[in-house]
Amino acid sequence: MSYVNNGNAVDLNSERIATAVLVLDDGTVFHGFGIGMEGETVGEVCFNTSMTGYQESLTDPSFAGQLITFTFPHIGNVGFNDEDIETSGIAANGLIIRASITEPANWRAVGPLDDWLVSRKLTGITGVDTRRLTHHIRKSGAPNGIIAHSKDGKFDIAALQEKAASWPGLEGMDLAKEVSCTAPYEWSETNWDSNTGFGQQETPTRHIVAVDYGIKRNILRCLAELGCRITVVPAKTTFDDILALNPDGIFLANGPGDPAATAEYAVPVIRKCVDSGIPTFGICLGHQMLALAVGAKTMKMHQGHRGANQPVKDLTTGKVEITSQNHGFVVTRESLPEGVTETHKSLFDGVVEGIEIDGKPVFSVQYHPEASPGPQDSYYLFKRFIDLVDRKNA
Amino acid sequence: MPKRTDIQSIMIIGAGPIIIGQACEFDYSGTQACKALKEEGYRVILVNSNPATIMTDPGLADATYVEPITPEVVEKIIEKERPDAILPTMGGQTALNTALALAESGALDRLGVQLIGANKEAIAKAEDRDQFRTAMLKIGLDMPLSAVAHTLEEAWKVLEEVKLPCIIRPSFTMGGTGGGIAYNREEFEEIVTSGLDASPTTEVLVEESIVGWKEYEMEVVRDKADNCIIICSIENVDPMGVHTGDSITVAPALTLTDKEYQIMRNASIAVLREIGVETGGSNVQFAVNPENGRLIIIEMNPRVSRSSALASKATGFPIAKIAAKLAVGYTLDELNNDITGVTPASFEPTIDYVVTKIPRFTFEKFTGAEAKLGTAMKSVGEAMAIGRTFTESLQKALRSLETGLTGLNEQNFAGPGEQHADKQRIQAILAQPTPERLLNIAQAFREGLTLEEVRAASKYEPWFLSQIQSIVEMENAVRTGGIPTTKGGLLTLKSMGFSDHRLAELAGTREEHVLAARQKFGVEPVYKRIDTCAAEFSSQTPYMYSTYEGNEWDEAVCEAEPTEAKKVVILGGGPNRIGQGIEFDYCCVHAAYALSEAGYETIMVNCNPETVSTDYDTSDRLYFEPLTVEDTLAIIRKEQSKGALHGVIVQFGGQTPLKLAAGLEAAGVPILGTSPDAIDLAEDRERFQQLLHKLGLKQPENGIARSVAEAFKIAERIGYPVVVRPSYVLGGRGMEIVRDGESLDRYMREAVIVSGEDPVLVDGYLQNAIEVDVDCLSDGKEVFVAGIMEHIEEAGIHSGDSACALPPHTLSGEIIEEIKRQTEAMALALNVVGLMNVQFAIKDGVIFILEVNPRASRTVPFVAKSINYPIAKIAARIMAGESLASFDLKYRKLDHVTVKEAVFPFSRFPGVDVVLGPEMRSTGEVMGIDKDFGAAFLKSQIAAGVKLPTEGTVFVSVKDLDKSPIKDAVAKLIGLGFKIVSTGGTAQYLSEQGLEVTRVNKVMEGRPNIVDTMKNGEIAMVFNTTEGAQALRDSYDIRHTALVMKTPYSTTVAGANATVQAIEKIVTGTLEVNSLQSYS
Repeated sequence: MSYVNNGNAVDLNSERIATAVLVLDDGTVFHGFGIGMEGETVGEVCFNTSMTGYQESLTDPSFAGQLITFTFPHIGNVGFNDEDIETSGIAANGLIIRASITEPANWRAVGPLDDWLVSRKLTGITGVDTRRLTHHIRKSGAPNGIIAHSKDGKFDIAALQEKAASWPGLEGMDLAKEVSCTAPYEWSETNWDSNTGFGQQETPTRHIVAVDYGIKRNILRCLAELGCRITVVPAKTTFDDILALNPDGIFLANGPGDPAATAEYAVPVIRKCVDSGIPTFGICLGHQMLALAVGAKTMKMHQGHRGANQPVKDLTTGKVEITSQNHGFVVTRESLPEGVTETHKSLFDGVVEGIEIDGKPVFSVQYHPEASPGPQDSYYLFKRFIDLVDRKNA
Repeated sequence: MPKRTDIQSIMIIGAGPIIIGQACEFDYSGTQACKALKEEGYRVILVNSNPATIMTDPGLADATYVEPITPEVVEKIIEKERPDAILPTMGGQTALNTALALAESGALDRLGVQLIGANKEAIAKAEDRDQFRTAMLKIGLDMPLSAVAHTLEEAWKVLEEVKLPCIIRPSFTMGGTGGGIAYNREEFEEIVTSGLDASPTTEVLVEESIVGWKEYEMEVVRDKADNCIIICSIENVDPMGVHTGDSITVAPALTLTDKEYQIMRNASIAVLREIGVETGGSNVQFAVNPENGRLIIIEMNPRVSRSSALASKATGFPIAKIAAKLAVGYTLDELNNDITGVTPASFEPTIDYVVTKIPRFTFEKFTGAEAKLGTAMKSVGEAMAIGRTFTESLQKALRSLETGLTGLNEQNFAGPGEQHADKQRIQAILAQPTPERLLNIAQAFREGLTLEEVRAASKYEPWFLSQIQSIVEMENAVRTGGIPTTKGGLLTLKSMGFSDHRLAELAGTREEHVLAARQKFGVEPVYKRIDTCAAEFSSQTPYMYSTYEGNEWDEAVCEAEPTEAKKVVILGGGPNRIGQGIEFDYCCVHAAYALSEAGYETIMVNCNPETVSTDYDTSDRLYFEPLTVEDTLAIIRKEQSKGALHGVIVQFGGQTPLKLAAGLEAAGVPILGTSPDAIDLAEDRERFQQLLHKLGLKQPENGIARSVAEAFKIAERIGYPVVVRPSYVLGGRGMEIVRDGESLDRYMREAVIVSGEDPVLVDGYLQNAIEVDVDCLSDGKEVFVAGIMEHIEEAGIHSGDSACALPPHTLSGEIIEEIKRQTEAMALALNVVGLMNVQFAIKDGVIFILEVNPRASRTVPFVAKSINYPIAKIAARIMAGESLASFDLKYRKLDHVTVKEAVFPFSRFPGVDVVLGPEMRSTGEVMGIDKDFGAAFLKSQIAAGVKLPTEGTVFVSVKDLDKSPIKDAVAKLIGLGFKIVSTGGTAQYLSEQGLEVTRVNKVMEGRPNIVDTMKNGEIAMVFNTTEGAQALRDSYDIRHTALVMKTPYSTTVAGANATVQAIEKIVTGTLEVNSLQSYS
């Protein structure tokens, strides 16, 4: 609410000023109150149904190019901390929430979310009927939009709509190159523990090369936890350079944007990975590009899957896992060529959620087994990958 | 994996009577389970002694046994019905314990019955303290440190490890008496000493104190393929130290980061796996240290529970229904999510609103009980509310409670003659866990305490405190600035959950002015759907809540989408309380079923998460909303915007919707059935008296007193004793029998506080009269007297607390005919359309009318089950316009007798006298049904948990008036081989009558006295009637000891007589069990 009590009595008889607007490309306007940095931010407007983990989501590079609408009305309750971060680089472009941000309430909190938004140069809007917006997205698909935040409350709506409409959209956009690291680096941090925080992998027995299309830290931690030394390499690293690192396994990371666009440079590399016989595991964008590399196709989804309650069936075991998902593109089932087996399926809408390459130690999933945020039911996939590595090494 | 085909018939065990800790949530779960299993083609056999449940409706199970839920009786039913399996997880602790006893006795193996949902090992592992602890430590979960001590020395040893502060829990004491929290060594020694003394096994548990920690609960569902899902997380606003049933709770958890939430999620699932809950729902409770996040597991329940009901209503995920289907072999991915219709049940609901539950207490009914909360549950019901934000849901929940709150109403901390309370005193008040703590916190902010000061005293999570503080700040803004003159200001207040009533109070204006201001700006609520998925999928199910959305620039979007149908709105009963419980929910549900059958669209409004009425498939449309004029009128207006509103039913939900009738009628809303004016006439003493006079019917002598002097004048005219009560009461609130001027004087001073400006009614008290309850149906032209119930206890005991028999077991045919005639006369005179209840008293062959209520009564479900006519359904259809004649009801001679017995929560309130009176104090009821009165009464006693003796010594001590009437009963007992002991007067009288009796000392007559004898276990049963304040006080210890020792007792002669008949039945024959369906 804009009626803030700054030590003075609240005056409900004065008119409020809308200090932020969200303008969609179709001209729909949502008024509200600005949070984070003043300014404008444009992107695809998507919704996320997770009730926890806003800080992880906002720092997930897969959200690059997107404005996240959180469907849960209270966001910011637990403030921010320095642990629940998936990248220090580029991630979500902005956020749209319902209730005003509160003081933080959590023993790990460092400060209020709003301070952190400013420090991350993120712009957002609060006071929006996020359920109405979610309905809109469900009906018409994820639109492009712009959030403008200005304390004086002066907005040129027509100009903002024009900016939203002229934004090219995620389709055909290669964002991986924007969020990827620019030079290789090593990773040894392991999973978080409530008593000791993050740990360190001190005696790695395997070496994994992770191709960074926008990798989340928790993927690296999950691998390190299982005894891996990890070298993270930029998205455009050649196969020869990867091979030169002498990997026991190759990991294809998650990332933002249209897989078809990123595929231009990634697919030739991934094809060689597949052919090499080196165990390879892909997640999210990595999964989509693996599929493209073996001849399948991807398409943009109507509204995407973004949340922490998404049921996926492991077709190899029949078990259901509740997964964390964040994808707006999907591998089409009809395009799966011979030699590629569908291993996981969404129980919400039936789309392909995982594949494996017959006769090769290569598989991938569309969702996020590293969770963060979300349920950790799918941690077993990292073990599955390590088993392939160990079998190969044996 | 499809459903199992190796089993064909399944027994479901219900939870029995409503008691504290086991309320109508188990009707919700049992009803869902019956429906789910029948839908799958299984033969369902149901056992439940509670007639007021929907689940015991004859159509829901194939064979319905309204029989006592004890291992012996259930075994008999199993022998008769030979089910293949028992589902024990739907009927609370009662069902679980009964099933476990049958498994351990070998009965289940002998009869070839398997437990589904939870097996013997899992139940034992979850319920046994030691086994549970071992299991939790095995999977790496933390438990509070604790150990048992039998001496003070042992306790000191334990303390070395556990450290102060610590909790001392004596073993096997009632309501946790003798225990407490020790903060220093002195207190420790004191509490351990008293705890060892209080414990019959001289044993105390010394436990690490986690009081003040944050408390969470996870609702988990697991299928046989080991798929596990979390339905809902719940966070307690009240920190550890208050029973979770007595805590204010919110869903989802609001103050956890994802990392912490996932630790809890993983732990919950690990607990289910380790305990071995193969299929179904369970809840797991955690405590978290707010300083460092340390997580401790408190307990788990391997069954559906009160919190599963809450989680189901909070998310739209029907836990009980799904759990029942999982128990017969389905996996989650094979089942559908009914709400969306397009997704499977194997997912985790996500919500885009906040749910708040607030418990409802009735300490005012238990004089002598301290209104303090602790580890034993005390609340009798709860209200739930939904809003888009915490403040909205909190303030909606407060007014849903119907305790007169319009929001965070003011509290008075200042002592008499003081302007303000000082800070220390306020902090001391905040440190007390009482039902008013939330209000006290708001008041503390008003008095200028800082958030940190309030936190330090109350241990509330600062997040909740700052939200409460923000409400208080807005209150100040309204107090100083009045009702806002801006749309933004109004919307801000309304979206924080402020009611018009509260705003009017704050601004010093009237509610209609607030409404006018809102209408000027178009500030109206919109309705959003509870869809399990935060709008990710479109919802087919109109399950809704109101919220204030949008702002001064953007339009609010409403998802109500009213239809073109012809519709009826049914207003529910709100939170359970003593005097208004499950019976009224039963009636509302029947109204929904009946009107749906009659082709209407049914729209339910209620705010009680424990009920069947708030299941999304009970009515066509469900609004989970507070029952106030503002909230219900907004719904009605929305529904009227399309289609045709035939009318609103206000007569089925008890006093709650009735209170709204005038406001709704004034707003032009059509009320179905008996007119609110007729209801008012029956409640209005003077108007009602005129009517009786016209009809030539009798009433006990009475008068209306508006002052103490008037009261004395009336009492002297009528003669003592008199029954006094405030006008407009439910459940006998504030009702008392006064026997002399002194008591009347005291009462009049207190009663004025009870009812404010309302007058006090003074009635002549008909001593030793027989009370009769009658329920009838009428369409204004004809009347059908559905049930005549003769009370076992004499008139003067609240009808809700009396046992009663149908048909009457002592009344003559002429009297019964006359009762019918008088009932008909009144129903026609009041132009009753629907149900009417009359209470009569019969003294010396003369019929007096005590009370008439032209609405559904507490006894409607009992009558319906006794006579096998669905009278609530018929009433609803009559109210909608059908004629009584069209139902072709016949007066049939019953081949059976039914007895209703009340069940009391006294064991929860140490220090409270158990003697019955005109103020209702029972929480629930059971029904016994059999071929004759003795057997039916016996069953009602067994079902109510009374273990009648067949040998031993009976203590008889009765007031003078009762000495002659008790004689026959005593003679019969002696004939059955019992020994009799009595105190002075009674002993003398009985000896004079030639009965063998041993004299025993009264409490005041030196030791050993009767209480010593009772405590030594030498007394098998107690008959004790008393009169007069002094005698009552003197005999208090006797009744209290009986309660503690679980010795059966009767405080009325009629009750004693019936008890003797029941004992004769045990001694002379065997009890048979029969299904409701087998009676004609």
